[in-house]
Amino acid sequence: MLDVQAGDEQSFALLLRRYRTPLVNFLYRMVRNREQAEDLAQEVFLRVYRAREDYVPSAKFTTWLFRIATNLALNSVRDNRYQRMEISLDAPLTADAEDGEEKKLDVAEMHPNIEQHLIEETRRKMIRRAIEKLPEKQRAAVLLHKYQELDYGEISKILECSESALKSLLFRAYETLRVELAPLVAQRAVR
Amino acid sequence: MSCGRMESKILGYMDGRLKEGERLEMEKHLSTCAVCQLRVNEFRAVHVLLDELPMIEPSAAFDVRMQARVAAEPAKQNWWAWFASSPRVAFAASMLVAAMVWVGSQTADTPLNAGDIDKINQNMSVLENYDVISDFAPLSDLPQPVQADDTSDTKPNQQM
Repeated sequence: MLDVQAGDEQSFALLLRRYRTPLVNFLYRMVRNREQAEDLAQEVFLRVYRAREDYVPSAKFTTWLFRIATNLALNSVRDNRYQRMEISLDAPLTADAEDGEEKKLDVAEMHPNIEQHLIEETRRKMIRRAIEKLPEKQRAAVLLHKYQELDYGEISKILECSESALKSLLFRAYETLRVELAPLVAQRAVR
Repeated sequence: MSCGRMESKILGYMDGRLKEGERLEMEKHLSTCAVCQLRVNEFRAVHVLLDELPMIEPSAAFDVRMQARVAAEPAKQNWWAWFASSPRVAFAASMLVAAMVWVGSQTADTPLNAGDIDKINQNMSVLENYDVISDFAPLSDLPQPVQADDTSDTKPNQQM
């Protein structure tokens, strides 16, 4: 980021390549709309670019980046600007392919594994909905804790709360998730 | 450790981030509390379930749109960059500064005006009046002039 501040455009391109996937995924799981998640991610990078001359390395770059992202996501969720995608029984089946692109499944192509695919897709849908049901700050805490693997100190700075408040947020989030995902949890609970 | 106190430690325990003493205290409590042990097990199960959500890749158009948005940003310039972009302007500005410095240095040699000359002339009549000068008290405090003597054999370097 210091190289970007010095005017090195190549460094900005490197930052983009390094952080765009985790950022898009975080925002997608917050707002549940892929197009809007990418739009918000670009807005995050644009703000980083604009603020490059004023950047002070007093905190980790990821903390700064995800604070911007979290604020934009929370505003977006609260504004209710984005419609949730509902899967209807009449809509064609889709599945997340390995490259992340959703592809329409041709029933004839996947016939041997359709039951397995349906089971997996149903599980994913349950998990997504359970996360979606969380209050937005709990949702952000879980996503940052689980998928970004940030420590409590960083997450508390991103969410602008104390560490004890963060642990309380996470505790309540996991309590809710274990109830919402009870059928799946019962299968997976390990000692 | 009580069940209430465990709430603040359970995630740290799950993440392996508790200090050794706290971890041992937690495990001691879990060995005697089935409710808390179940909670820990189910929290871990939830943590693993979240792995089932796949990662998505940004679309192919993401980088292109990003570059377009960055390119559309107004370029920020430092104050000196305005000069660097126009050498003629830079040259003219430097000449102007040099001229101002030169003019400023010339103010000490400005010729006397008529008023200044009149004052000098008024004072000159006093300076040329011998009666005034001869009676000028401060002049009496001056030491007597040394008489120049051509016949003297005394040379300065021979004086003791």
